Amino acid sequence: MIDKELIKKIEEEIENISNACELNEFRVEYLGKKGIITLLSGKMKELSNEEKKEYGKELNQLKTNVTTKLEAIASKIREAELKKKLEEERLDVTLPGTYIPTASFHPLNRVIEEVKEIFISMGYDVESGPEIENDLYNFELLNIPKSHPARDMQDTFYITDEVLLRSQTSPVQIRTMLKNKEKTPIRIICPGKVYRRDNDDATHSHEFHQIEGLVVDENISMSDLKGTLEIAITKLFGSKRKLRFRPSFFPFTEPSVEIDVSCFKCDGKGCNICKKTGWIEVLGGGMVHPNVLKNCGYDPDKYTGFAFGIGVERIAMLKYEVRDIRDFYTNDIRFLSQFNAIEKGEDNVSK
Amino acid sequence: MLVSKKWLNEYIDIKDIDTKKIEEDMPLIGNEIEEITKLSSATNLVIGKVISCVSHPQSDHLHVCNVDIGDKELQIVCGASNVCANAYVIVAVDGATLPGGINIKKTVLRGVESNGMLCSLQEIGIQEKYVKEEFKDGIYLIDCSDEEIGKSALSYLELDDEIINFELTANRSDLLSMLGMAHEFSSLYGGEVKYPDTTYKTINDSTKNHINLDVKTKNCSLYVTKMVKDVNIKESPKFIKSRLIASGIRPINNVVDISNYVMLEYGQPLHFFDSDKLGNDIIVRMAKNEEKLKTLDNIDRILDDEDIVIANRDGAVGLAGVMGGASTEVLDTTKNITIEAAIFNPINIRNTSKRILKSEASNRFEKGIDYNRTKIALDRACHLLEKYADAKILDDYVIYSNIDIEKKIINIKYDNIRNVLGMNISNDKINEILSRLGFKYNINCDLLNIEVPSRRLDISIKEDIIEEIGRINGYSLMEGTLPFGSIKSGGISSYEKYKMDIKSYLISLGLYDVITYTLTSEEKSKQFTNDKFKNISVIDPLSDDKKVTRYSLIPSLLEVCEYNNARNINDVNIFEMSNIYYELDNKIVEKSICSCVMHGNYIVNNILKNTIPSSFYVIKGIIESLFSYLKLDGRYEFKNTELPKEMHPYRSASIYVNRKRVGLIGEVMPTIKKDTYVFELDIDALYDLKIRNIKYKEISKYPTIVKDMAFLVDKDFEASNIINLIKKNGTNILKNVSVFDVYTGTNIDENKKSISFKLVFSDVDRTLTDDEVMKIFNNIIDKVESTYDAKLRNQ
Repeated sequence: MIDKELIKKIEEEIENISNACELNEFRVEYLGKKGIITLLSGKMKELSNEEKKEYGKELNQLKTNVTTKLEAIASKIREAELKKKLEEERLDVTLPGTYIPTASFHPLNRVIEEVKEIFISMGYDVESGPEIENDLYNFELLNIPKSHPARDMQDTFYITDEVLLRSQTSPVQIRTMLKNKEKTPIRIICPGKVYRRDNDDATHSHEFHQIEGLVVDENISMSDLKGTLEIAITKLFGSKRKLRFRPSFFPFTEPSVEIDVSCFKCDGKGCNICKKTGWIEVLGGGMVHPNVLKNCGYDPDKYTGFAFGIGVERIAMLKYEVRDIRDFYTNDIRFLSQFNAIEKGEDNVSK
Repeated sequence: MLVSKKWLNEYIDIKDIDTKKIEEDMPLIGNEIEEITKLSSATNLVIGKVISCVSHPQSDHLHVCNVDIGDKELQIVCGASNVCANAYVIVAVDGATLPGGINIKKTVLRGVESNGMLCSLQEIGIQEKYVKEEFKDGIYLIDCSDEEIGKSALSYLELDDEIINFELTANRSDLLSMLGMAHEFSSLYGGEVKYPDTTYKTINDSTKNHINLDVKTKNCSLYVTKMVKDVNIKESPKFIKSRLIASGIRPINNVVDISNYVMLEYGQPLHFFDSDKLGNDIIVRMAKNEEKLKTLDNIDRILDDEDIVIANRDGAVGLAGVMGGASTEVLDTTKNITIEAAIFNPINIRNTSKRILKSEASNRFEKGIDYNRTKIALDRACHLLEKYADAKILDDYVIYSNIDIEKKIINIKYDNIRNVLGMNISNDKINEILSRLGFKYNINCDLLNIEVPSRRLDISIKEDIIEEIGRINGYSLMEGTLPFGSIKSGGISSYEKYKMDIKSYLISLGLYDVITYTLTSEEKSKQFTNDKFKNISVIDPLSDDKKVTRYSLIPSLLEVCEYNNARNINDVNIFEMSNIYYELDNKIVEKSICSCVMHGNYIVNNILKNTIPSSFYVIKGIIESLFSYLKLDGRYEFKNTELPKEMHPYRSASIYVNRKRVGLIGEVMPTIKKDTYVFELDIDALYDLKIRNIKYKEISKYPTIVKDMAFLVDKDFEASNIINLIKKNGTNILKNVSVFDVYTGTNIDENKKSISFKLVFSDVDRTLTDDEVMKIFNNIIDKVESTYDAKLRNQ
């Protein structure tokens, strides 16, 4: 029979194993080729058949017992080691992540894109035109002859007597109407840079951006202009906004209006942004002047149209509360990075 | 246009209309109001009489006055040098407020009690330029009698007025007059417009005996003149003075003031000549080139043949429509006056005033004058001169007229008005608005025949009538509608989409979209290019750095970089897409280019020390990525040729697509800015390239075979040579070739480098055999070694 003392010793030694190294030593000592337990089976041949059976059973039990225990210990050790390793891998999760370069559209382009999307959804084409224009397109065909006092309103950069840096996006109206040989209905917007001889300050820039809109068709009315701009303005500034038409004067529209939006800061109660009036002037527009239609080959007795011009900087300044127009052209990264974010907007409400 | 509310009330009853309401209503009919101010915002001012005035015992300049203010006498300490007994003065009593928030209270000044303040006009809010010279440095002494003692000083001086500052649109010349304003108020609030008195007596002498008028230019269409005699020049009555001040015009004397007063009433500028200096001849003609004239402000003006002048026998005596001449000026000694009321060509006046001087008169002439008011305005002046300057008015006028006086009739259907406005306004309402506007009309079934009053020069076509109905009716009740027409899809051109896609792609790679100015300096417009072109320059630029349109965007982007760096923002990765303009073969060329500047770090992690700074290879990686997106793989190359002098000669390349130069890339010369990388691309050239739409290619299910090869080459040898050769000889089973190592150093000759390439082979239909790959592989090695001075390195 197996020495009880030995079994006790083995059990004690197993109890004391605390790491992979001791485990290995134990294995060699007891289960190796010349290990104590391995050698125990040599005793078999000295025993009778009956004793063999008994002894073999005992020995197997011992082996199984030892192996099971060692497995358990090994597993514990592996766990402990993994735990230790993981602990060593501990990171300070509060340290910043790697900066992956990201960027965004310039706020003015962001506004232009927003406006484009609104009008494309209403069936408008986006047109463009040259920034170096002829006096003919920038003024004359727009019903602003050479001597017209309205030329004072927009002091212009001239290149030659007849060529200039466009002072408005309105010449694209003219180009689009002239280009349309069949004189079919038109629905366009045209965003772009324009130039005026203003000294740069907080509210003036010698270069700025406009978005022109033009619709020419039979039976177009002022109320169509209002309905169209109501959609655009509420999409830009929120569904609670109301529009107000104020009569005004532009040589290329008759009637002409300035368009105000109810103040989004105070909701019309009066604050600093709206100068206590509850209204903010955002754009100008009106019905296309019959001379302009005639100049472009459209019969004013058959067609009417509306046109409007949006100041992109103005919209961006109001929308994002930018106080100085020059900020758009300085391109301070701390300025630009603030526009590297989403805005949720509102759900579309079908009217 | 500054409008005195009190004065306007003479022509239309607006006493009971609150100023706040005017401020709200007027903009809604098209007349913006910049602000409404009080002529004087002081309160509690009474007229007092100085009973006694003695020196202050403790001061060498103060006076102690006893002032009678009607119900009591006040002791007031006053520092003005012109205060004296028996003077009538403006007294701010205890509790009064003066402009600037000054509150008057009882006080003690150097031991003497003072119960108020004696005021100068400036102290009650009148600008110094309007104050008579003798009262500029002291208090104002009122010219009145004992009866006025204790009464309101503002009311007596006619300074209890509000001024409405209108910002008018350029077309409304009619509103540059009080009468025009009265009509506008009438169209809004109703009420009748009362015209002023233009009657006077004449003496038994005709103007015709004294004036020979000769109008020699068609640029004067109407010239009316009349003479008055024996004027008594003195100070104007206070209502004229206060109304001129309210209108922003400095009172001078009764005669000059009357000419301004009538101009403001009627919108018709008048000019008064001293008849004795003018003589009998009045010639209206174009100026001669270089002709000289000393204007009223004593400045010698040099004229040209676009200016209209009034002349006598000796030469020009006035710059027509702009300013009179010094030689015939009305002075205190003037006795007889020749009055001119005329209409000149607005275009000439506009050009002259733009070049020489803008005046109240020129502003009105260039916007247009109502021919029906010219003679009446002259009569009004005669009425006032008779009344306030004791003038004797001569009989008759001398008139030149070359004007088409034709009634303006506009025909329009009621429905037309409703349709264009998109508003349902009844015929009755339309009729009512026309009446309020003072437009006469006949109704013919559904057709209106409207006679437009001559003062409304801005109205000539039916659309103008539509606007009048719209603005007076108001747009507040207009319901928005949408254009009715066939539904079509909207969209952008493929060119605009292409540009947009590039911008979005560059943004996704971490480059900020920026916008900079097109106008730049001549120096900057020539940088970063070797191209031959002519700059486009503006006439009369605002400054030297905004003189020409730019050719390259890089200088502007470098400025942005510099601006940020100066503010401790070191990492600047930006791009701009913009149009450039230049002249080539006498034609203006417009094209779209896209440029990028990278400076500082691209990917940052300082803690892990794996920050990637911007470098030539980072910016090149961006271009390669973009070009792959633009489906240009295999169609472009980088060559160290045709570089502008602003680029590092050995760290820059020109970019060629299909052998055409489309841009540049590389490091900016360190002398311009250190560690800065740029690219510039001709977007139009890229857009012109044909590309195929996306078609999915089956991914091979069979294993790929990867082979490496390394060659020893000269240090300056460009890797692209070998890559191109590998591609050329790789057959259709070579799917990819890339450089994975460039090595110099140990075991390698110092003039050599080793470049390692990774070649990937595969086939969609089958597994490749080692043999066939090796055959191609060895062939490539042979080709490289035989073409270039390159040796295969044994690994």
